[in-house]
Amino acid sequence: MPSSVMSMSRQGDGHPSPAAVSAIGLRKSYGDKTVLDGIDLHIPAGSVFALLGPNGAGKTTAVKILSTLIAADDGQVQVAGHDLAADPQAVRAAIGVTGQFSAVDGLITGEENMLLMADLHHLSRREGRRVAAELLERFDLTEAAKKPASTYSGGMKRRLDIAMTLVGSPRIIFLDEPTTGLDPRSRHNMWQIIRELVTGGVTVFLTTQYLEEADELADRIAVLHDGKIAAEGTAEELKRIVPGGHVRLRFTDPAAYRSAATALREVTRDDEALALQIPSDGSQRELRSLLDWLDSAGIEADELTVHTPDLDDVFFALTGDASIPAQPKETAR
Amino acid sequence: MSTLSLAVRDSSTMLRRNLLHARRYPSLTLNLLLSPIMLLLLFVYIFGDTMSAGIGGGDRSTYLAYLFPGILLLTIGGTTIGSAVSVAMDMTEGIIARFRTLAIHRGSVLIGHVVGSVLQCMLSVALVGAVAVAIGFRSTDATALEWLAAFGLLALVSLALTWIAVGMGLSSPNAEAASNNALPLMVLPLLSSAFVPVDAMPGWFQPVAEYQPFTPAIETLRGLLLGTEIGHNGWLAVVWCVGLAVLGYAWSKSLFDRDPK
Repeated sequence: MPSSVMSMSRQGDGHPSPAAVSAIGLRKSYGDKTVLDGIDLHIPAGSVFALLGPNGAGKTTAVKILSTLIAADDGQVQVAGHDLAADPQAVRAAIGVTGQFSAVDGLITGEENMLLMADLHHLSRREGRRVAAELLERFDLTEAAKKPASTYSGGMKRRLDIAMTLVGSPRIIFLDEPTTGLDPRSRHNMWQIIRELVTGGVTVFLTTQYLEEADELADRIAVLHDGKIAAEGTAEELKRIVPGGHVRLRFTDPAAYRSAATALREVTRDDEALALQIPSDGSQRELRSLLDWLDSAGIEADELTVHTPDLDDVFFALTGDASIPAQPKETAR
Repeated sequence: MSTLSLAVRDSSTMLRRNLLHARRYPSLTLNLLLSPIMLLLLFVYIFGDTMSAGIGGGDRSTYLAYLFPGILLLTIGGTTIGSAVSVAMDMTEGIIARFRTLAIHRGSVLIGHVVGSVLQCMLSVALVGAVAVAIGFRSTDATALEWLAAFGLLALVSLALTWIAVGMGLSSPNAEAASNNALPLMVLPLLSSAFVPVDAMPGWFQPVAEYQPFTPAIETLRGLLLGTEIGHNGWLAVVWCVGLAVLGYAWSKSLFDRDPK
């Protein structure tokens, strides 16, 4: 179910730059389970594209196909101007891939991992050493360079992983959930790394389950749902189609909850959690008038949280299921 | 870069990676050396006199000479079990997915494993051979050419068994399964003419010992090193090895070319 955002963005899309990745009708199924059900992509060179979706949406499958790891069942795909099916070696020469699971050799040191990549990119010995040292330095791994990669922390492994991906100076980089499992500091470091890559003119294709991450990094975002692109646009465009912003009032006293629910009427009730949800865009002005209104109605909630649109809301909006889940993820601001 | 020079360059990179693994973590290789050495010592020092009597007299050293070729092949079988395990372990690593997305020679990952494994086999053969010489093995009258032929045959057996082992490693979901699946590589030599002549086995079992790759290879080695009759065993051993190598190669290649999960 493509949203209006998609067609709008298409019309206004006058990118003169050639496509780094283009796909028409990309399909993949495993047995009778359809994972990708006709995906169209057009990613201009030098931009950051985020494929957003929950676990099992088909994000990793899409990356695996685009990075030549597995074959598509159907569809016309070009990466870096080369046909994926006809000339995978040419595609491989232009791309770098950092998968979801660590792709470093744990048995050898960080430096040996880098030199291995240099050899596989057929760099000369001297050039290989130079590139390895430079990237280790850039990713703050010089100190750990002589230690086996298996002893690295999660964040260090991920950094080494990306450093290895960069050895051949790829023009297009695929990052499959680059920050999943990282602590907040490592996540922000990773974001910084990705931003630097883009400054260098590289095209970045990343997958994520976090709207916030796509918001931070991506020029364009596509939401993958049930193997189809449910919506595509900039972060702003996507948020606009999501009506999920609301204020949530939670009560501990059932009597107070019932009287508030009666007084407020136009709210979504959650009788089990003793919580009320009032639509709101979260702005200061709207919040003040809401608080004034609650005061004048004599309602005092035990907890008030402002809920801004997130991936959950995008999905509920895009899949036509408007009901709010019983235990929504709240963001207190 | 031509396909061939690309293949050679990438394969040697992969070989260096595997040798680095083997050098950094030698315990797997060394553990697999224990079985043939223990069997050698057991059969020479504990069962040696009885076994010698069984094969027509002589003292313990007569049986050591008889046993030696079989122990070498057992060593190769054991070492290739290690190859199956390391291939299976490697395939569970994310770095293999990375290799598949690089513009490298596709077969280099496997060729690196195979060449590394053959080198390890020859090293293991040299170590076990040294133990045998230390406890008294002497070749009767082998010429330099015969020694060379013996080494050549051992290398060919290593190559054949390694390709089979690589296929077993690729088809196993994890290291434990690979180690179980590759067990025949060490059991088959036990069921060959390694320890006793085929004639001395029960009649119903003789075909099992006769029609398998290890018996002709062992008989050929005996012929080369001890001057016994080789007969048709020479070409039979070569045919077995080439056949197994080709089969193992085709099997491994088709397994590796499948889309990864």
